[in-house]
Amino acid sequence: MSAPLPRRAGRLARLKQDWRRNKWVYAMLAPVIGYFLLFHYVPMYGTLIAFKDFDPALGFAASPWVGLDWFRQFFHGLFFDRLVFNTLLLNLYDLLFGFPAPIVLALLMNELTSSRFRRFVQTVTYLPHFISVVVVAGMLIDFLARDGVINQIVASLGGTPDAYLNNPDWFRAIYVGSEIWQSVGWGSIIYLAALAGINPSLYEAARVDGANRWQQMIHITLPGLAPVIMTLLILRLGQMMTVGFEKVILLYNPSTYETADVISTYVFRRGVLEANYSYAAAVGLLNSAVALTLLVVSNRLSRRLTGNSIW
Amino acid sequence: MTTMTTTETGAETPQAARRRWRPRQGWLGFLFDCANAGVLLALCFVTFYPFYYVVVASLSQPVALMAHQGLLLWPQGFSLEAFQRVWDNPMVRSGYFNTLVIVLGGTSLNLLLTCFGAYALSRRRLAFETPAMLFIVFTMFFSGGLIPNYLLVRDLGLLDSRWAIVLPFAVSAWNLIILRAAFIAVPKDFEDAARIDGANDFTILFQVYIPLCLPTLAVVGLFYAVAHWNGYFYSMIYFTDRDLFPIQLVLREILVTNSTDSMMTGAAAGREAIGNTIKYATVVVATLPILAIYPFLQRFFVKGVMLGGVKE
Repeated sequence: MSAPLPRRAGRLARLKQDWRRNKWVYAMLAPVIGYFLLFHYVPMYGTLIAFKDFDPALGFAASPWVGLDWFRQFFHGLFFDRLVFNTLLLNLYDLLFGFPAPIVLALLMNELTSSRFRRFVQTVTYLPHFISVVVVAGMLIDFLARDGVINQIVASLGGTPDAYLNNPDWFRAIYVGSEIWQSVGWGSIIYLAALAGINPSLYEAARVDGANRWQQMIHITLPGLAPVIMTLLILRLGQMMTVGFEKVILLYNPSTYETADVISTYVFRRGVLEANYSYAAAVGLLNSAVALTLLVVSNRLSRRLTGNSIW
Repeated sequence: MTTMTTTETGAETPQAARRRWRPRQGWLGFLFDCANAGVLLALCFVTFYPFYYVVVASLSQPVALMAHQGLLLWPQGFSLEAFQRVWDNPMVRSGYFNTLVIVLGGTSLNLLLTCFGAYALSRRRLAFETPAMLFIVFTMFFSGGLIPNYLLVRDLGLLDSRWAIVLPFAVSAWNLIILRAAFIAVPKDFEDAARIDGANDFTILFQVYIPLCLPTLAVVGLFYAVAHWNGYFYSMIYFTDRDLFPIQLVLREILVTNSTDSMMTGAAAGREAIGNTIKYATVVVATLPILAIYPFLQRFFVKGVMLGGVKE
């Protein structure tokens, strides 16, 4: 290994030396950079078709510019309110019920006195995380069908059966409920680890001061979890515009579009299925831009309020 | 970026020690413990029962299953006919094969490139380390979106080619960062010793860094493999050739768009009934591999969340 050049050496000389020393490293880096360039930055450049009237026959460069026409069309379109409302509401429900669920589960598991029982609960609740979304959707469709298990139970309790997946009123509950079912155990892992990191002497001190279990939780456990909760909350807030649309596509149908259709599924239908590339790209770009803004804002807010941020 | 704690959940933690000497906390505490255990048991039941139901239903006599109402606790009659039909279905077999090719090939490519990237970016004296890092991290926050990606894949002529669901996902920035952190944690002395012995960067990567970071590499590899195994969306939009369909897409046809017709030939009586058990058997067949290896993977997955979950 050659020694680093003295500070006085020119920039070019330094680069030359860097190249000599690291040429194999650059050889490794090249395909990775190439990959990101081709499959991430080229599509970013490709979003320019949102400002063009993209005609596959003319190609990217020759298609005429149309400015903000597609955005205008979307803003004034029939579905604008519904799509934005559905996207945000589905996310809000998921945030409201889905975000605290793993925290609650971790707290409950933490109170278990038998570590064998705790491991059992963990093993069972992680399980659904590894099932593909297709299988989850398939099971939901089957269980929630008019003659499915859920309806059989409902009927035996004296209720009236319903075709839940064809009823727009049920869609959000089904989506959020199944999301929690699938992810609550997996999500609790990180909180359990954070709980394990809390200094036990804090609990001893609290007990000496006469704190009961509830008070210990409020004053020691929750503050101990706060940094992790905050970080994950920022990450979650940054994703307010993205829903697991792979699941929505499997579960929705025209009779539930009213509550189920979100921006990403609309982009999929208009873009991929109907080949309205420019229009769908405009809607998608708008979605990404709002998502990025949300992430930046929530990160800044969190840094100001709590000192935690993801960058 | 550092990991917050290395304690594996489930292992003996300071808490467990603390818990052992905690005095019983009277009737209220006892009641709470009972209620807590009850709630968690109920949760376990709700989580596990759907799987149990599917397994039991798939083993049932189709007509008896149709007649049954309410909670299913054991197979109604016993029949392996549904499994026979699933096994005889050429789409299920080719789906399995295609998924296997994608998981093995895709994950190998993922790991190779992620190792290259992580190694290169763990060199603190590299002239372009920071710009290259920013270049990669930026893609985690902003993306071109579905349509430009679709058009790119189409223009590259990758439609109806397995490359279409491998190449665009060749490196995950997130996994690269995880592996880079592991590489940075390797003491510099190992590398210096290898260099004195005349090793070049490739030798150092493959013979020093990779063996030392095997656990992290296993976690990252599992993340990639599970993603390939579970993916359906991009195969759905990029493949029209049914011979290429991976198992999840075949599952989608059977479970979601509800076409079990091809497997029901010859089942004149109780067609609808056998259709149902075929669905359940398909779920079992498609989920079994992951459930079978799940107990062995569990500790890796737990580690994986710890590696990826918290950063500073």
